Amino acid sequence: MALTPLSLLTRNTILCCTTAWLCVAGPSNADDIEPGGKLLLTRGISSVDGSGGGGIVPWALITGNETDRGIGATAHLTSVILPDFDVISYGAGIGLRDRLEFSYTHQALDTGSTGPKLGLPDGYTFSQDIVAMKVRVAGDAIYDQDTWMPQVAIGAVYKQADHGSLLSALGAEDDSGVEFYVSATKLLLAQSLLLGGTLRYTDANQNGLLGFGGTSEASIYPEVSLGYMLSKRLIVGGEYRAKPDNLAFAEEDAWLDLFAAYAINKEMTVSAAYADLGSIATFDEQRGLYLSLQVGF
Amino acid sequence: MYRLCIAALAGTCLTGTLAMADTLPGELPVDPYEVSNANAGAEPVDNPDMFAAFHGQAGIDRIVDDLVDRVTVDPRIEEIFRASDLVRLRRTLKEQFCYLLDGPCDYTGRDMVAAHKDQGITTREFNALVESLQFAMDTEGVPFAMQNKLIAKLAPMKRDVVTR
Repeated sequence: MALTPLSLLTRNTILCCTTAWLCVAGPSNADDIEPGGKLLLTRGISSVDGSGGGGIVPWALITGNETDRGIGATAHLTSVILPDFDVISYGAGIGLRDRLEFSYTHQALDTGSTGPKLGLPDGYTFSQDIVAMKVRVAGDAIYDQDTWMPQVAIGAVYKQADHGSLLSALGAEDDSGVEFYVSATKLLLAQSLLLGGTLRYTDANQNGLLGFGGTSEASIYPEVSLGYMLSKRLIVGGEYRAKPDNLAFAEEDAWLDLFAAYAINKEMTVSAAYADLGSIATFDEQRGLYLSLQVGF
Repeated sequence: MYRLCIAALAGTCLTGTLAMADTLPGELPVDPYEVSNANAGAEPVDNPDMFAAFHGQAGIDRIVDDLVDRVTVDPRIEEIFRASDLVRLRRTLKEQFCYLLDGPCDYTGRDMVAAHKDQGITTREFNALVESLQFAMDTEGVPFAMQNKLIAKLAPMKRDVVTR
């Protein structure tokens, strides 16, 4: 039977997905799949990019309430209200056997009445679609309390921004990009502390909302998070994320925030933060309120 | 049913130096094993305030009794305890917590591998017990930061307790 290129592609995709699934699922029976099982807050929240983590920094934890014997999922709605812009992000992720995570997120930067000041229409919105995957490669952040070894995950994030021609006029080289990161997360339970560090290889401008590349090449940027658990439902902390500064027309700063995340129950977590996103498109001191709701199982 | 059979079989496979602990009335006999504080699965906390934070032996006794009362009716895990000697479980858990909290106790139970061998415990079931323990410590009024210091001692035991 002659196979057209398309059917070959489809067949290979199915084979590839099946193989990936079998590797994750292992040889066990379908009725072994258990619902939930993670302790409160240990799935993390959903970052603005959709990955399980803090608000702006991904963690090595896998989204969803599942353990190594199940499947979990989360959905999130996040907004950041800034003096001259609004950021909104929503999406969903699935966690497979507390090992693999896939997520999709749509993200928008609404210029509102700031648009005309930038020579854009009123309410002009930059937006992007983000598809990400993460795989946990070593360690266990929660249970390995007798070693310093953190949980380590690696991730890849594909971002496709809208308005490519405007982005290139602003100095971006591309309207899409792929980021790679390695993330280490450790719960120091005896101290009630959560520590996280991420190294991200990226050339994204304002996370990709203003395109990719420009005056310099992609490089590695550090991100850190620190949390203190006040109760099994409540963690407070801060995050810092270094970013490229690639666009000649506008300076770009690191992002940082001070957050509180509260698990209402196993299904719902609400987070609030004071976020400092620095200068965005020549508008300085973009500091405001970050709010996020995550639901999942 | 599967677990009942396995639990019954498990007791017949244990060997070791005979050194009987002080058992309580109502405890079922177990095969001999070597009694040692090393069986507790961790070193005691290095914090002289912990035993008091758990309100001493009386507080630990209340926490363990509450914990056992909870897990034996928790639909997620009660099946695991159906074949258990609950008199012995309460005694050895009280000893273990007292020892780990740097209290004046020795642990006389079996090690974590032997005690959970062939029970087929999953991560979800392990976590269900942790949740009940947190509720029991909340009820006793143990501060959250102190609760975490005990859970930090218990968490690595997952490697020995969770077998599937």
